[in-house]
Amino acid sequence: MQSVSTENRLAGLTRALRKLATSLVVIATTLFGLLVITFVVGRMVPTDPVISLIGPEADQQTYERVYRMLGLDQPLYVQFFTYLRDVLSLNLGQSFITKNAVTTDLARVIPATLELSTLAILIGGGLGIPLGIIAAVRKGSWIDQVARVVGLVGYSMPIFWLGTLVILVFYAWLQWIPGGGRIDIYNEGIVSGPTQSLLIDSIIAGEWEVFWSALHHLITPALILGYASMAYLSRMSRAFMLEQLNQEYVLTARAKGLPGRTVVWGHAFRNIRVQLLTIVTLAYCGLLEGTVLIETVFGWPGLGQYLTSSLLYADMNPVLGSVLVIGLISIIANLLSDVVYRFVDPRTR
Amino acid sequence: MTSSTTVLSGLHAWLVTDDVASSRQAKLGRAYRVWLELLANPLAFGGAVVVLVLVALALLAPVISPYNPNAQNLLEALRPPSATHWFGTDEYGRDVFSRVLFGARTTLYTTLLVAIIVAPIGFLVGATSGYLGGWVDTVLMRITDIFLAFPGLVLALAFSAALGPGIENAVIAISLTVWPPIARLARAETLTVRNADYVVAARLQGASVARILWRHIVPICAPSIIVRVTLSMASIILTAAGLGFLGLGVQPPTAEWGAMAASGRQYLLDAWWLTTIPGLAILLVSLAFNLLGDGLRDILDPRNG
Repeated sequence: MQSVSTENRLAGLTRALRKLATSLVVIATTLFGLLVITFVVGRMVPTDPVISLIGPEADQQTYERVYRMLGLDQPLYVQFFTYLRDVLSLNLGQSFITKNAVTTDLARVIPATLELSTLAILIGGGLGIPLGIIAAVRKGSWIDQVARVVGLVGYSMPIFWLGTLVILVFYAWLQWIPGGGRIDIYNEGIVSGPTQSLLIDSIIAGEWEVFWSALHHLITPALILGYASMAYLSRMSRAFMLEQLNQEYVLTARAKGLPGRTVVWGHAFRNIRVQLLTIVTLAYCGLLEGTVLIETVFGWPGLGQYLTSSLLYADMNPVLGSVLVIGLISIIANLLSDVVYRFVDPRTR
Repeated sequence: MTSSTTVLSGLHAWLVTDDVASSRQAKLGRAYRVWLELLANPLAFGGAVVVLVLVALALLAPVISPYNPNAQNLLEALRPPSATHWFGTDEYGRDVFSRVLFGARTTLYTTLLVAIIVAPIGFLVGATSGYLGGWVDTVLMRITDIFLAFPGLVLALAFSAALGPGIENAVIAISLTVWPPIARLARAETLTVRNADYVVAARLQGASVARILWRHIVPICAPSIIVRVTLSMASIILTAAGLGFLGLGVQPPTAEWGAMAASGRQYLLDAWWLTTIPGLAILLVSLAFNLLGDGLRDILDPRNG
């Protein structure tokens, strides 16, 4: 008896370890692929990296010296391994525009983007998931129609255009919202806290004026981004919920006379939590795409604006660094959802 | 009058009959039933109409546009919408209505080209992966996952930056982001029929992999791939517009809706129409493709609805 249970536990442990090993291999290959893509993109760029470093007036000798210094005379695979080594030691090169190391710039801009996208996903999930569930419960009612229209328009909306129109109406005409940036100039630099999120840091520091100013700047782009993910989330949660409501256990629960609320939230909702988690992760990764455009429109000093402004000047190190970071965030988000998935859903254990 | 009605009802009966006499009749009948169901779904039909109007406008742009889309007239710059310029003029005095019409060409060209490129590639990767299985499956799906790890626009941005500006490069960059979901879908569909009796029978008769894929797997995957590609068209349009908005992709003076909306931002306060109208065009067309794709899914691919 005793030995059997030990054996079982050992078998379970081996299985878990094997799963862990498999997912580690998967992550490693995905990361490797990510680096291959950024490396290939970096080599394909039409601008000459030597010229952009030393300028077009430098003489041939300097050119060749820098050419060798950058390792461009080496065979491609050697260059790739140099690139791998650099990335692993957090060296993403230097930006020609800001003159900073790309990692320094990234450390400055990423918190702004995370603050924006996190608030956006809270808005999108907080509104979209209940909307989708109610639409599923009252299938065919007016609220279902509203959810459908909201979803379809959100799917089809060019987000940069919506942002521009909002600026036109609410900033230029009505003057309800600030014109852009992360905070008013006279509130800048007052708080510098541990989290790099102006909202949280200003609460910690008790600087309420800073908090309201930051929230005032943040809320419009976050609402617009949140709308885009709300469209997706409401549609998916409606589909998931409909699937559950057609199951027999729901019929049984209803036949037993349980109140509708218990059936929906206590039974059906519990069964779609894991699926919801997956799509929230996907929506978050999709948001990173939206931030590139929305940050440009709202002058939000985050990763997206850093990426597009570097792109404008063909400053490739920041571009590749940003792309790498966005890919990395996506992979980590998917990984986290996978881990939580296993944790929440006993069937996958 | 009456004779034409009888001909039509005879045609209808021939198309919907259950005892078909030829494979041509069966195929035409199937297409006709799809058409009937599309007519019965007003939203999807509306989407189809908008798409058809877009195609017509794009084809006829040189005929119906009142001005040359690239003709500058600085004396007429930034005029609001009026009888002479329906959608106003831009900062160079170019007629916005004409540019929107020619922009439809750019949009349609980009979207169709991407769709034509990605559908076969996605199918081939997915179906090969699902049919052959084993290490081929592992390798191909890992590659697919790597491309899926990036948000589409960011990957397209990186590739357009690398390839340089231009509409063809934008098409390639967008294609690179659209094929992975199609490959996933084709793989899943292939797995469902891979060991079906008729596929095994074909294999036993000595059919090559290519023949099995073409004759037996393609017909199974086609409906869901058509639906997927139609729905992707909306996101292709949005990605292309986003690239244009950021100054990548199509270069001036070619009319492109995203780029038009972007250049209008500088004159936002004085000339609201410059940004508003091209953006509306993007919204309308991408909405139309979404509606059409939704409707087609209900008709062709009800399992995934």
